Amino acid sequence: MAMLHIVNKSPFERNALKSCLAHALAGDAVLLIEDAVIGAVSGTSLASELQAAMSEQAVSIYALGPDLSARGVSEQRMLDGIQVVDYAGFVDLTVANEKTQSWL
Amino acid sequence: MALDIGGKTIATDEEGYLENLNDWTPEVATAMALAEETPVALNDEHWEIINFLREYYEEYQIAPAVRVLTKAVGKRLGADKGNSKYLYSLFPYGPGKQACKYAGLPKPTGCV
Amino acid sequence: MAKKFIYLNRKAPYGTVYALESLEVVLIAAAFEQEVTLAFLDDGVYQIAKGQNPKALGMKNFSATYNALGDYGITQFYVERESLAERGLSEDDLMPIVYEDEDDDYAEKPSVRVVSRAEMAQIMADQDVTFSF
Repeated sequence: MAMLHIVNKSPFERNALKSCLAHALAGDAVLLIEDAVIGAVSGTSLASELQAAMSEQAVSIYALGPDLSARGVSEQRMLDGIQVVDYAGFVDLTVANEKTQSWL
Repeated sequence: MALDIGGKTIATDEEGYLENLNDWTPEVATAMALAEETPVALNDEHWEIINFLREYYEEYQIAPAVRVLTKAVGKRLGADKGNSKYLYSLFPYGPGKQACKYAGLPKPTGCV
Repeated sequence: MAKKFIYLNRKAPYGTVYALESLEVVLIAAAFEQEVTLAFLDDGVYQIAKGQNPKALGMKNFSATYNALGDYGITQFYVERESLAERGLSEDDLMPIVYEDEDDDYAEKPSVRVVSRAEMAQIMADQDVTFSF
């Protein structure tokens, strides 16, 4: 019954990612797209929260590669554990998870 | 489209609903009914439903779906009036569409 | 078989069109007789706050419409306790939305249930279809 959560707003501007992480259950996936990818960078004020979600909550976190590239975020600058996916990977995630929920 | 009532022009949309809900007066309802292809002279039974709809809108800020209207009319005015047969006999174009129009309400949400 | 639909409301009313759009979709979908749940979390809790009056903004006070939803068969309003608390609100600040239970001689019953964040996560996970606003 896993859910794919999609977040598209910067966590520094909106609370969508925070709220999403607070409601994601073990086995769920979170995909950061558009401005939300700037939350995937290492060394941010959110890093520990994201790491806790991955290690303690067993939530997988992904970021969309084209949105990272567009904003000049290289893979080396990303927080450990966050996986980069391309558009095909995005599709795979929607297939692998039974349901999808957007956090606008 | 527009209605002309006592020299005042009142704007309506292409289906005859009021553009501005505040333009409504009883004369507007009477004029709308008379402007139908087969003109309708509103009687007390029509007015009972029109007034009911206006009160419903005042309280809930929506025009009710037909199913909800039927149930609510039954509760307020009795089972002999809270049924589709009675409401359609008064408003043959559909109680939701036609009665809401005369009552100056927007078209019911979800009314297809 | 009826599917379980949930409408997630996370935005305050009036500043953006999300709250009104959500309500309109709920009203339209009510015609399809599915099991509908409304969830109010984050700023969305303000959608069913008491005492709304947007008259001076020239906008319709659509908060009145939530009181009609019981007649549309929509009787499950879940509100997140943590979201209320973060905003300095409590259940007393919410409209007392009720529905008439046809199976219980039309007794008026509350539609609003305040739940914890953990309960809200589970409610979301239990649905077939999610609409986010």
